[in-house]
Amino acid sequence: MLAAVLRAVALVCGAFVVLMVLFVLRESWPALREIGLSRFFTDASWHPQGGAAAGTFGLVPMIIASLALTAGSILLAAPLGLLCALFCTDYAPLGLATAFRRLMEVLAGIPSVVYGFWALVVLVPLINRWQPPGASLLAGILVLALMILPTMALLAQTAIATVPADYRRGAAALGLTRMGTLWGVVLPAARSGLFTAALLAVGRAIGETMAVLMVCGNVVRSPSSLFAPVRALTANIVLEMAYALDDHRSALFVSGLMLAVVVVALLLAAERLRRVHD
Amino acid sequence: MTEDARLADRLLAGAAWLAATAVTGVFLWLLTDLLREGASALSVSFLVDEPRDAGRAGGIAPILVSTLLILGVCLAVALPLSLACAAYLAEYTRREERAGRTVRVSLEVLAGMPSIVFGLFGNALFCITLGLGFSILSGGLTLACMALPLMIRATEEGFRAVPGDYRSGAAALGLSRWTTLTHILLPAALPGLMVGTVLGIGRALAETAALIFTSGYVDRLPDSLMDSGRALSIHIYDLAMNVPGGERNAYATALVLIALLLVINVLASRAASGLLRRGYAGAGA
Amino acid sequence: MSGVALHIEGLSVRFGEHRVLEEVSLCAERHAITALMGPSGCGKTSFLLCINRLCDHASGCTVSGRVRVEGEEVLAPGTDLLRLRRKVGMIFQRPTPFPLSIRRNLELPLREHGVRGRAALEEGMETALRNVGLWDEVKDRLETPALALSGGQRQRLCIARAIALKPQVLLMDEPCSALDPISSGVVEDLIAGFRGRYTVLIVTHNLAQARRIADHCGVFWVTNGVGRLIEFGATEQVFEAPRDPVTAAYVQGLRG
Repeated sequence: MLAAVLRAVALVCGAFVVLMVLFVLRESWPALREIGLSRFFTDASWHPQGGAAAGTFGLVPMIIASLALTAGSILLAAPLGLLCALFCTDYAPLGLATAFRRLMEVLAGIPSVVYGFWALVVLVPLINRWQPPGASLLAGILVLALMILPTMALLAQTAIATVPADYRRGAAALGLTRMGTLWGVVLPAARSGLFTAALLAVGRAIGETMAVLMVCGNVVRSPSSLFAPVRALTANIVLEMAYALDDHRSALFVSGLMLAVVVVALLLAAERLRRVHD
Repeated sequence: MTEDARLADRLLAGAAWLAATAVTGVFLWLLTDLLREGASALSVSFLVDEPRDAGRAGGIAPILVSTLLILGVCLAVALPLSLACAAYLAEYTRREERAGRTVRVSLEVLAGMPSIVFGLFGNALFCITLGLGFSILSGGLTLACMALPLMIRATEEGFRAVPGDYRSGAAALGLSRWTTLTHILLPAALPGLMVGTVLGIGRALAETAALIFTSGYVDRLPDSLMDSGRALSIHIYDLAMNVPGGERNAYATALVLIALLLVINVLASRAASGLLRRGYAGAGA
Repeated sequence: MSGVALHIEGLSVRFGEHRVLEEVSLCAERHAITALMGPSGCGKTSFLLCINRLCDHASGCTVSGRVRVEGEEVLAPGTDLLRLRRKVGMIFQRPTPFPLSIRRNLELPLREHGVRGRAALEEGMETALRNVGLWDEVKDRLETPALALSGGQRQRLCIARAIALKPQVLLMDEPCSALDPISSGVVEDLIAGFRGRYTVLIVTHNLAQARRIADHCGVFWVTNGVGRLIEFGATEQVFEAPRDPVTAAYVQGLRG
């Protein structure tokens, strides 16, 4: 009896994800039916007022913006995160390494809206001085990198720390330098853990809403340069949901559905990787 | 020559130190800005007054109340659900492998979903289909969904950390599953549960996107759970983006939010280690 | 070609407050095989770790005394550790090839120590693998993971990895104890064949093995809570006419 109740609760919890996707799909259905999926990619611009016939629903500039933001932030945060992890595991004295790790843990817990706010008041004016308008792709990349760095560093550190000590000892006995040991043996051995960390970071970056909303400028246009203002797919939903009606609202749900699908795919890939490694 | 190897070795060491210093520098910059700007606006009146002038002046009292109410709803729903689910995963899934794995994978995916999708879902399910509208209830229920995976994972770890001896001892005494769970396993798994709760609270407090569509924007004191209420994170967003001159209070609010997170963290880890020391949790026996 | 390759004087090892080894002195003959025997816990492994300074990696480890390898004092502060570990190779009890291909396992140390060029690397790798009798077994699958090899093959690969660097001294910490009897025999024959080419210091539990392959033997024992060297001499002498009564009991299999 108890087992049955517990199992029922567990299955309900497990079903949430499916429930979520189904609901979002249901809200997206009107747009998918009236406008059709292909128009989201082929329409020339995004002017959804006017309904299915008169409006345009091209998501491509925003998709590109989201991809650029994600790619840029990963390119910045992944190597830095790895170096910080190596700092903790291999180069810093024990006290310093612990303090650094503690700092990373604190930073990983800071809400994204705080990061976005600080970037808005500090980073954007700085960039503006260099190259107006300041609220730009670059600002978005920087704040995203800042946000995913602590988690990357922590996960990478765990992956490196679980490499068996025997490998390091064998490498030391062969007279390999620290770099030789890390590059040739430890990092390859930690490869799948590091890759999982990167995948999770990508998922987080793609899904981030508030920080990019606050610093990217929110102009719907494909980024022409690092300093151009852009609008991410996620930011778009927040900006327009308040006044969207009918097909417009449904179209926003479609973009939300796309995000959900991409992130789910990434997470399943990370899960598969983790299972293979174990 | 080995000289190349030595040079590369030194370069890597230098790069690691440089990265760590640069990263620490940027984050210290952020933290000192927060402290300096926020502290100047922080005061007891800030915590107990109503916001005035769109939030530029006055305080955040009603917002604090809303936040705590939303948190309350979230925990009230998520705690029992996560306890039950974690108990199932920890105690029953050895025999029913596939069910356990499916649940775990779907929880992993749930944990990584973007908060905006939660916002859309919460809006569609709670606000519209269930007719709750923009309310604290909608917000709390949505956050419960978000916090659930974190809490379940940590609580399950807590259950698994309990030594098998306790279970065999209980079985040998002919205790029922229910008794074993509630009187022996649950107290022993308490630290895991506390960690999970803290993680869940952390996620809930940090949420903005999900709340914008579910609990709304209203910055007055809510009359009931069905009323709309503004959470701390949304207040920061509003002051930063929509209220020119609102930066000082935004900094102060951010400080309050982070302080709240830190306090909860410290309290929970203090409580967890206290439990461990008194021998309630697995380690003793 | 004889003479003393390793000269150890008054070596003492401490881990924090706990004394592990006290005043160990011995001389290992060049290109001969010296076996170190004794029950578990008497500091034999710690002894080996001092010779290639791997003791540095153990936390809280303090070492005093003198260790001279081919005339060079190893415990001195300014010692070039990378060069030392090229001269002194080490084989561990648990074979741990790196989680890379067989080829990479051998090329990595070669490259690190300055060997460049495809031809030189190939030659170094083939010579090492031939010397441990693995060449014919693996020459067609050099790109496959080293972890796919059997226990005995793995250990031989680790030995190949060490001798690829052309060391002068080989330290072996119970190299056969984690292997099945057949692989153990193969590795043992390999080690016996090293006489005349490398100075071998081998720690072993297996008295019969020591008797079979060693030229000299040393016996470690724990007295008063600390490990000490209680007997050292030619294998014949240690087994037939030991000086210390504890040794006599040990080699008769009565104690330890």
